[in-house]
Amino acid sequence: MQIVQQLLFVIAFGVAVYLFTQQARQIRKNILLGQDEDLTDRPDLRWKNVLLLAFGQKKMFRNPLVAVLHFFVYAGFVIINLEILEIILDGILGTHRLFVPVLGSLYPILIGLFEILAALVLISCAIFLIRRNVLKIYRFMSRDLNGWPRSDANYILITEIVLMALFLTMNAADQQMQARGAEHYIATGSFWISGHLSPLFNGLSDSAVIAIERTCWWLHILGILAFLNYLPYSKHLHIILAFPNAYYAKLEPKGEMENMPAIQHEVKLMLQPELASEAPASDAIPKFGAKDVMDLTWKNLLDAYSCTECGRCSAACPANMTGKLLSPRKIMMDTRDRVTEVGKNIKANGSFQDDGKTLLRDYISEEELRACTTCNACVQECPVSINPLDIILQLRRYLVMEESSAPAEWTGMFSNIENNMAPWKFGPEDRENWIQEMNS
Amino acid sequence: MRIKTMAEYAANGETPEVLFWVGCASSFDQRTQKITKAFATILDKVGVQFAVLGREESCTGDPARRAGNEFIFQMMAQSNIQVLNMYGVKKIVTTCPHCFNTIKNEYPALGGEYEVIHHTTYLQQLIDAGKIVLKEGGAFKGKKITYHDSCYLGRANDIYEAPRKVLEILDAELIEMKRCRSKGLCCGAGGAQMFKEEEKGNVRINTERGREAVDTGASVVAANCPFCMTMLTDGVKEAGREDSVKVLDLAEIIAESLK
Repeated sequence: MQIVQQLLFVIAFGVAVYLFTQQARQIRKNILLGQDEDLTDRPDLRWKNVLLLAFGQKKMFRNPLVAVLHFFVYAGFVIINLEILEIILDGILGTHRLFVPVLGSLYPILIGLFEILAALVLISCAIFLIRRNVLKIYRFMSRDLNGWPRSDANYILITEIVLMALFLTMNAADQQMQARGAEHYIATGSFWISGHLSPLFNGLSDSAVIAIERTCWWLHILGILAFLNYLPYSKHLHIILAFPNAYYAKLEPKGEMENMPAIQHEVKLMLQPELASEAPASDAIPKFGAKDVMDLTWKNLLDAYSCTECGRCSAACPANMTGKLLSPRKIMMDTRDRVTEVGKNIKANGSFQDDGKTLLRDYISEEELRACTTCNACVQECPVSINPLDIILQLRRYLVMEESSAPAEWTGMFSNIENNMAPWKFGPEDRENWIQEMNS
Repeated sequence: MRIKTMAEYAANGETPEVLFWVGCASSFDQRTQKITKAFATILDKVGVQFAVLGREESCTGDPARRAGNEFIFQMMAQSNIQVLNMYGVKKIVTTCPHCFNTIKNEYPALGGEYEVIHHTTYLQQLIDAGKIVLKEGGAFKGKKITYHDSCYLGRANDIYEAPRKVLEILDAELIEMKRCRSKGLCCGAGGAQMFKEEEKGNVRINTERGREAVDTGASVVAANCPFCMTMLTDGVKEAGREDSVKVLDLAEIIAESLK
C-alpha cells in the first residue's frame, strides 16, 4: 500500500514539475519576442536593487500597514518552503517527518515558527480579501479588474488560506496521533499552534484522525503543486518575476528617455551633409516606435509578466485619478494579454501569422496614450520595478512618426519648433524681448 | 544691470562663469518672463558672471520627444549642442526643469556634456556659500507657503530637498500638501500636455492640484517650473482664490527678499 502512495506521489510531482517547466519555457519564449536590449551593466547596482526592492520590498513600505501584511505572506511563502522540502522527501521515500531525527529538539521550534507564519499568512490573506471585496478601495474598484482579473486575485487569496488551514489541521491531527502513541507518528514535541488545536480531535477514532491527517497531507501538497501550475496563467507570477525584474530595472534617472540612434544618425547627416561620404548609407528602412509587442523590448515584456495588477500605478496616475481613460495598470495587462496571444499564434502556426490585431488600437487606444503627462508617478510607485511609461512613449513614437497621427495642437507645436525653434508662434528675436526690457 | 549674450562675451574674447539657459516657457510669456527677470536679478546682485544665448537658444526638443516626434527632438538637440560646444560652455543653470532634464540626461548621448544645475539647487548653493543674504523681516516672514514638486525635478531627477532648503531661510511656515515629494501630483502640463487640450475626464489635473494647494491654507504656492506656474495659477483661479493665494517661483520669492 505504501509503495502505491509513493508511486502516486512521484507521478503527481513529476507531472506538476514537467507542466510548470513547459509553461515557464513558453513565457520565456514570449518575453524574448521583444527587441534585444543589453541590461547587464553595473551589476553591483542591479544586485542592490534585487536586495532592496525584491527581497526587502522597499517600495511596499510606502504604505506600511499593507506592507507588513504583505511581508507576512511573502515570508510565509519563502520560509514554509523548507517544510515543503520535508513533505516532498517524505512523499518520495515513504517516510514520515524525515527531519525529526536529524533536527531533534530544533524540529518542533522550526515547525512552531512555520505555524506562526502560516497563521499570519491566513490572517493577512483574510484581511486582503476584505480590502478587495468589502472596503471600497479605489485601485480595487477600477474597471481594469472587471472579469477574470478580479476573480484571479480572489482565487489566489482563497487558495493561500486553504493551504495554510490544511497545513495547520494536518499538524493538529499529527499531534493527536503522537499523543496516542501511534507507532507511525514519531514524537516531535509540542507544536506551538497545532498543539493547542489537537484536543479538538480527542473524541475521534484512530482511523478517523489518521484519515484527516493523510487527507490534509495530500490536499496540501497537491494544492501546492496545482498552485505552482496556476502561476503562469495568473497575475501571481510576480512572486517569481519580481526578482529578475528588479535586477533589470532602469538605472538611469527616471526622466531620461531612451535615445534613438537611427534617427540621431539621420538628423546628423541632414545637419552636417559633409559627413555623408564617411558614413555608409543603411539599406534597411527602420521602423520607429512600437505598434505591437514584438516592437517593444524584452524588458517591457518581462514587466508585463511581472505585473500583479495591484494598481498602485493607476492610483497615483494624474490622468487616471481625474477620470481619463489612461490606466498604467491596463497598459501592462494589455501588453501581457497581447504577448500571450502572439505566443499562442506562433505555437500554433510555427511562425507569427498576421491576425489583424496589434497592441496599438486593438488593446491600447490613442486616447489612453494621449492622456499621459510623463510624470513618472506610475514608475515611482511600482513595487516590482515596472515601467509603464516606457511602453506609452514607444507607442506614441509609432503614432507620430509612422502614422503622422497627432492631435492638431501637437502638429502645430511641431511645426512651430521646426520653423521658429520654439513650441509657440514666436520668432528667435522675441527671445530677447525681456533682455531689452531689463537692459533699457 | 546689463544682460549679455554668449555672442557678446565671445566677441570680447571672454568666457562667463555660467550660461543661464532661459527656456521657451520663460522667454515669451509675460507672467513667466518675471521668473527669468527675477533669477537674472539674483545672479547680478550676488555677482555671478553669466550669459544667455538670446536668439541663439532653441527649444531643447523636450515636448516634441515626449509627444513622439524624435526627428524634431534630434534636430533641436543637435543644433543646440553645436551652439553650446562652439561657445565652449561648461556650466549651465536653468529655471526650467524640463530643459534641465533634457540637457542633463539626454544631451550627453548626443555629444553634449555639461554641468547642468537647476536654479533651485543653484540658489541653495549660493545660500550655503553665504552669497545670498535676505533682508530682515522680509515679505514672506511668518507667511504660510506650500511647495509644489515638479515631476521633472522631483521624480525624474530625485531633487526634493534643495528647493525646500531655499524656502527655509525665509522664516516662513512651510506646509506640505498630502501629495508631496515622490508622491507629488503633476500639474498636468508634462509630456507635451501643455500644448494640447486635456483628454476627456471628470476634472482637469491642474484644478485638482490647485484645490489641494489652496486647501493647505497657504497664501503662497511656491513653484520651480514655468509650466507648473501657468497650470497652478489657473488651478488657484478655478478654486476662486486668486486674490488671496499667489503662485510664485522660488526665484521670484528670493529676489523679492534680497537685501
